[in-house]
Amino acid sequence: MSTATSAIDLAAPPGSGPRVFIRRLRNGDEVAHLITLVFAAAILLITSVMVYELWVRSSLTRSKFGLGFFFSSVWDPVAEQFGAAPFIYGTLVTSLLALAIAVPLGLAAAIFLAELAPRKLSDVIAFLIDLLAAVPSVIYGLLGIFIIVPVMRTVIGPFLKGTLGHVPVVGPLFQGPNYGVGFLTASIVLAIMIVPFIISVSREVLLTVPREQREAALSLGATRWEATWKVVVPWARPGVMGSVFLALARALGETMAVTMVIGNSPKIAASLFAPGYSIAAVIANEFAEASGDAHRSALMELGLVLFLITFILNGCARLLIVATERGGGRPS
Amino acid sequence: MSKLRLAWRKSLNGVMLTLTGVAAFAVVAVLFVILGYLIWNGGTSLNLAFFTQLPRGEGETGGGMANAIVGSLKLLFLAAVIGLPVGLLAGVYLAEFGGKTFAFITRYTTDLLNGAPSIVIGLFAFSVAVLPVKHFSVMAGGVALGVMVIPITVRSTEEFLRAIPNSLREGAMALGANKWKTIATVIIPAASGGIITGMLLSLARVAGETAPLIFTAFGNQYSNTGWSQPIASLPVMIYTYALGPYDDWHRQAWAAGLVLLALVLIANIGCRLILNRKGSARSI
Amino acid sequence: MASAAQSKSVTKFAPHVRAAEVSSAASAKEAALRFQISDLNFFYGPKQAVFGLNLKIPANKVTALIGPSGCGKSTFLRTLNRMNETIRNTRVAGEILLDGQSIHGMDVVGLRRRVGMVFQRPNPFPKSIYDNVAYGLRINGYKGRLDDLVEHSLKRAALWEEVKDYLHKSAFALSGGQQQRLCIARALAVDPEVLLLDEPCSALDPVTTAKIEELMFQLKDSCTMAIVTHNMQQAARASDFTAFMLDGKLIEHSETPKLFTTPTDPRTEAYITGRFG
Repeated sequence: MSTATSAIDLAAPPGSGPRVFIRRLRNGDEVAHLITLVFAAAILLITSVMVYELWVRSSLTRSKFGLGFFFSSVWDPVAEQFGAAPFIYGTLVTSLLALAIAVPLGLAAAIFLAELAPRKLSDVIAFLIDLLAAVPSVIYGLLGIFIIVPVMRTVIGPFLKGTLGHVPVVGPLFQGPNYGVGFLTASIVLAIMIVPFIISVSREVLLTVPREQREAALSLGATRWEATWKVVVPWARPGVMGSVFLALARALGETMAVTMVIGNSPKIAASLFAPGYSIAAVIANEFAEASGDAHRSALMELGLVLFLITFILNGCARLLIVATERGGGRPS
Repeated sequence: MSKLRLAWRKSLNGVMLTLTGVAAFAVVAVLFVILGYLIWNGGTSLNLAFFTQLPRGEGETGGGMANAIVGSLKLLFLAAVIGLPVGLLAGVYLAEFGGKTFAFITRYTTDLLNGAPSIVIGLFAFSVAVLPVKHFSVMAGGVALGVMVIPITVRSTEEFLRAIPNSLREGAMALGANKWKTIATVIIPAASGGIITGMLLSLARVAGETAPLIFTAFGNQYSNTGWSQPIASLPVMIYTYALGPYDDWHRQAWAAGLVLLALVLIANIGCRLILNRKGSARSI
Repeated sequence: MASAAQSKSVTKFAPHVRAAEVSSAASAKEAALRFQISDLNFFYGPKQAVFGLNLKIPANKVTALIGPSGCGKSTFLRTLNRMNETIRNTRVAGEILLDGQSIHGMDVVGLRRRVGMVFQRPNPFPKSIYDNVAYGLRINGYKGRLDDLVEHSLKRAALWEEVKDYLHKSAFALSGGQQQRLCIARALAVDPEVLLLDEPCSALDPVTTAKIEELMFQLKDSCTMAIVTHNMQQAARASDFTAFMLDGKLIEHSETPKLFTTPTDPRTEAYITGRFG
């Protein structure tokens, strides 16, 4: 994203003050400047109002629960007790697990597209992957409910239970009843949804690595893979990290597909097969029929939290991507 | 260098490179799986009734999603009316007029808005368009979607305007055109292809959004005229029907999913092909 | 001061120069003046690019501006139609009179209609040939028979015969040389009194260049021209007066034959004999 100023700009005529301003207004250029500026300012207005509304409408629960809101795991709209812990837990677990699945997969595919595939094939596949990124969330949800959930219940679940369920440290993750919906299913669906972003950004970033780097490694006798993994990817590391942050931000805010397969149960559980909840999912499910101001305020507060987290992540992501474009990572 | 070590490195090379290829094709395969399932499950349910009839009551079979289709169109229309002018003019501001600091703030805020989860934007639309009048409405849904259209349009408009070389601006000004005339009669027409496809892509993007509509436009079993009542939309119907207990509902959810995906994909393929031919960068 | 050696080296560049032309210097002084520039100073931000320039540009003649890269000739040219105002942080000091009237006091849009410009790289609009030529007319609110004016401008630019059956084709379908002539036609359409040409042939081949120089010769009667050029042969061939600039200052200005055969300033001589720049 370039931050250069506009290419051509009229130098400001001399003088200032309201009379000069009115006179200047007769000049068509100044009018155009003013009009476009107003619309640009509208964006600022909308965003400010958005943050303001989120802040104000969550004031009830913010003042009532304070920081305890984030640590309590009681979510009882009837008794007006609200704790965000289960949702934060669910959001984090599903997003991080989705990343764990999507990043290796996405990076591998990006490497293939940037380094190995002939340019034309790479472009075609990249095009198709961009289409994947355009598929609406609710359709991934459809897939999730009718394909992945049954498969999880009948195939993957029992398989994992049988194998990893008995392994000492990770065992508890794969034990317990398995209905098909739950953290793992949601993570898988999320992973499928965020993989296109990782591939698309990583591929672009890898393509900007100067070919001299690759050639230097190869001329020293490295295999194709070694040159890629040990030289090219480290060079692009900031950008790849940026794509990961972007994907994470996406995953955190993803609503529909998650809500359709996570089980919608506001509980923290160790097992990945257990049903859970995410911040976005609970807002989607409960907001329309929220019982009372406190309930709504709690949900608004969750929305505010979600907004802030994605804001920070997106900011970091952009900085990292720009860092690669600027000068290439220096492999540590 | 021992022969064994070399052999190991070579086989590792082969394995890893093959894996990357597998990964790439696996991801692409997902697209075809999605399409395949949708066509398989939804194709059979696509009939005239789907497009023309209203949903039947709970448990009854048959009926269609005419109201949802009309609803989605209405919402898209509102989103376009609200979001496209703001996006276009703000993009013009950033590309042609922007002063250093204000342009920076605007760009930053636009990115902020772009990254906001759609459900949060739904909360915003609820606050400003539902709460004051105490009921759900098409208008509120339109506001939510319109706000989402803005950042995408701003970005693509600015990008395409900047891509027009300065020599054109100078040529027009040397003939006596002042700045706004230059922009209106030369620059925007020159960038119009890209700008319009950018707008279409942004509409295609919000056409599939569900989350912000759940508590703004809400949903409606019936068709209605006017803008101040709740309204059904394709994505929300898919969501509701998919989670419902009836097989017939599931069947219709697949059909609706097929229709929605077909529209979104056609718009995307068309626009991206045009943009690629112009040789410009994508802006997702 | 012409020495035998000097004349020999100079005539390498200006084979058409004849001794007789050198003596027609006197008549130039009486010719009407289109532009009078007094004590012009120009700044890009804090950096000064033009220093105390004084120049008179005679009407209905071609004045060439030569000098090494970066000497300020393009910058100077662009002050004449106030195009530098489109760049941020620039400042002009000094007086520029067009037909006796200060150009800074008049409406800039009107100025640019009277003083047209042709740029280094052809920059036709992504419109049809017809619409390109008609553009200046349309935005200046001309209400008349556009067809006739478009045809007239294209004829003046020696492009009519080549494009008359394709007026609605895109301007980009033309070759580089044709596009540049289209830009000339576009500039001529609004009937300017002056035409400023900023290295118009630098991106073109010699044949097209010759065509454009021929064009300039024919346009002289109706139009005053100032041309910035890197090509000294072109300056010698196509102009009546030449001004040599160096480091933002005007070093020498006189009739073209005189400047190329008997330059007064040693720096001028060094430049035209190719010792630098």
